[in-house]
Amino acid sequence: MSDQFPSSVAQLAAGLRDGEYSSVELTKAYLTRISEHDDALNSFITVCDESALAQARAADAAIAAGAANNLCGVPYANKDIFCTSDVRTSCGSKMLDNFIAPYDAGVVERLNAAGMVMLGKTNMDEFAMGSSNETSFYGRTCNPWDLSRVPGGSSGGSAAAVAASLAPIATGTDTGGSIRQPAAFCGISGLKPTYGRVSRYGMIAFASSLDQGGPMGRTAEDLALLMNVIAGFDERDSTSLEMPDEDFGRLLNKPIENARIGVPSEYFGPDLDAEIGALLERAIAEFEKLGATICEVSLPNSQLAIPAYYVIALAECSSNLSRYDGIRFGHQCENAVDLTDLYERSRAEGFGEEVKRRILVGTYALSSGYYDAYYRKAQQIRRLIKQDFVNAFDDVDFLIGPTTPDVAFTAGCHSSDPVTMYLSDIYTTAVNLAGLPALSIPAGQVSGLPVGLQLIGNYFSEAAMLGLADRYQKNSSWHLSHPSEICAGGPS
Amino acid sequence: MSISDDEVRAMAKLARLAIEESDIPIYAEQVSHILELVGQMNDVDTTDVEPMAHPQDLVARLRPDRVTESDNRDAFQRNAPRTEDGLYLVPQVIE
Repeated sequence: MSDQFPSSVAQLAAGLRDGEYSSVELTKAYLTRISEHDDALNSFITVCDESALAQARAADAAIAAGAANNLCGVPYANKDIFCTSDVRTSCGSKMLDNFIAPYDAGVVERLNAAGMVMLGKTNMDEFAMGSSNETSFYGRTCNPWDLSRVPGGSSGGSAAAVAASLAPIATGTDTGGSIRQPAAFCGISGLKPTYGRVSRYGMIAFASSLDQGGPMGRTAEDLALLMNVIAGFDERDSTSLEMPDEDFGRLLNKPIENARIGVPSEYFGPDLDAEIGALLERAIAEFEKLGATICEVSLPNSQLAIPAYYVIALAECSSNLSRYDGIRFGHQCENAVDLTDLYERSRAEGFGEEVKRRILVGTYALSSGYYDAYYRKAQQIRRLIKQDFVNAFDDVDFLIGPTTPDVAFTAGCHSSDPVTMYLSDIYTTAVNLAGLPALSIPAGQVSGLPVGLQLIGNYFSEAAMLGLADRYQKNSSWHLSHPSEICAGGPS
Repeated sequence: MSISDDEVRAMAKLARLAIEESDIPIYAEQVSHILELVGQMNDVDTTDVEPMAHPQDLVARLRPDRVTESDNRDAFQRNAPRTEDGLYLVPQVIE
């Protein structure tokens, strides 16, 4: 972020271990940067000056005692969807404006155990429902490349914070693209792991069969380092994968000669911006030059992913959000005349428009007489979509394509018809329906705005995907581009 | 597929959401747009396709039935809007 500190987590961690600077110095530098720049960006809902410095002092002591983990003392930004027992967890909603969780999320326990320093909780679409961060109760986050544009969503605060070097790395969650799309819009790297890799315990639920936490950072190497901290079995999450821990960085700096990469023809249709298409062709040629074999594949049911996704996600959302009753926690209305009035007004006042819209659609899809036509039908299509991927992975190891059909859009441009924004998820939702891992890395710019390249892998192939992305990044420089107006003059 | 004002009122009732009468037609239009979008599903024949509820075809994991949590009532009630003597306060339900 400046001449004083390197920008990658790998280098920051090495500098801390070698005593070149302390975690307190590093943390103060980031907190200063946040205080100088976040008024313009609004990427944080809560900044944790005091607790961050306390964690940094503890990290410095652990490093001095030789008892430190790899990322001990490295600062990070935490999406405000992960419960933290000392800091308010709002999920971007008025409903949880006063909510302080009674426990830490599984992911937060792991970050704490690793000695990492939480700089603050990042802005997001309300309950992760949105693709632009515009549905946040705390106001929209601005894209650091162009403040009039959105950073993507729902993990838009995390993406903007990393892109503007207000944090070296961040957590995010991805239900239909909420890590990959903001990573693409902000010019950073983001990984949505295989469903079940990262614990959902204490991660506020939107659509439980699709939600998955993951890392957002500058490089594939940094994503691997954070995956090593946050991934792993958690018995308190009933869908957590019971698999042995693995080193997600084990395939970094390795040749990729044997990689077979498929290009789904459906992802390069008329929906895709022509300039993005041309940039991706160049990136694909680069992978070929690095030794990968490229071939065309087909995912014939791709166009059904958005319809099936929105039925399943909204049905699960309406069910999950029924817990907000205004009684046990969360917003409560004044002067309720009876219990029904208390429920109905607390929820109406606590939820924003997009959340209410989604609850209504989800309720409709699950209601008597419509279940078969909507929810069951969507689940059947979900299987067809998964089968498309299974068939493709018979022939190739990875799929490559765009993360988004266009670059970051201007704030407010979808406000008259919310459905038009749903279409920005056309290349990302299928992965969540199937439960596969996928990542987005920067692969160029159109009119000064970042373009994301998406890699999709087979189940449990994160390490290989990160190796492939690392190979590309070692031979390109898009991931090193910084937004100029925000990043000019870092701390000295 | 379009949805009527009355259907919006019925869904709002089921979902326990108070909606201003003046907002009902707006929701009806927006929800109808979403249902039009998802209506594309009907273009595909899914006869004999087994519904997929979950990304992993795994059986639910079971654990031994033993006590793992202690009483955390005070901690939990710190987030409650209204409590008294360890109880959650709600409007009177029974006359």
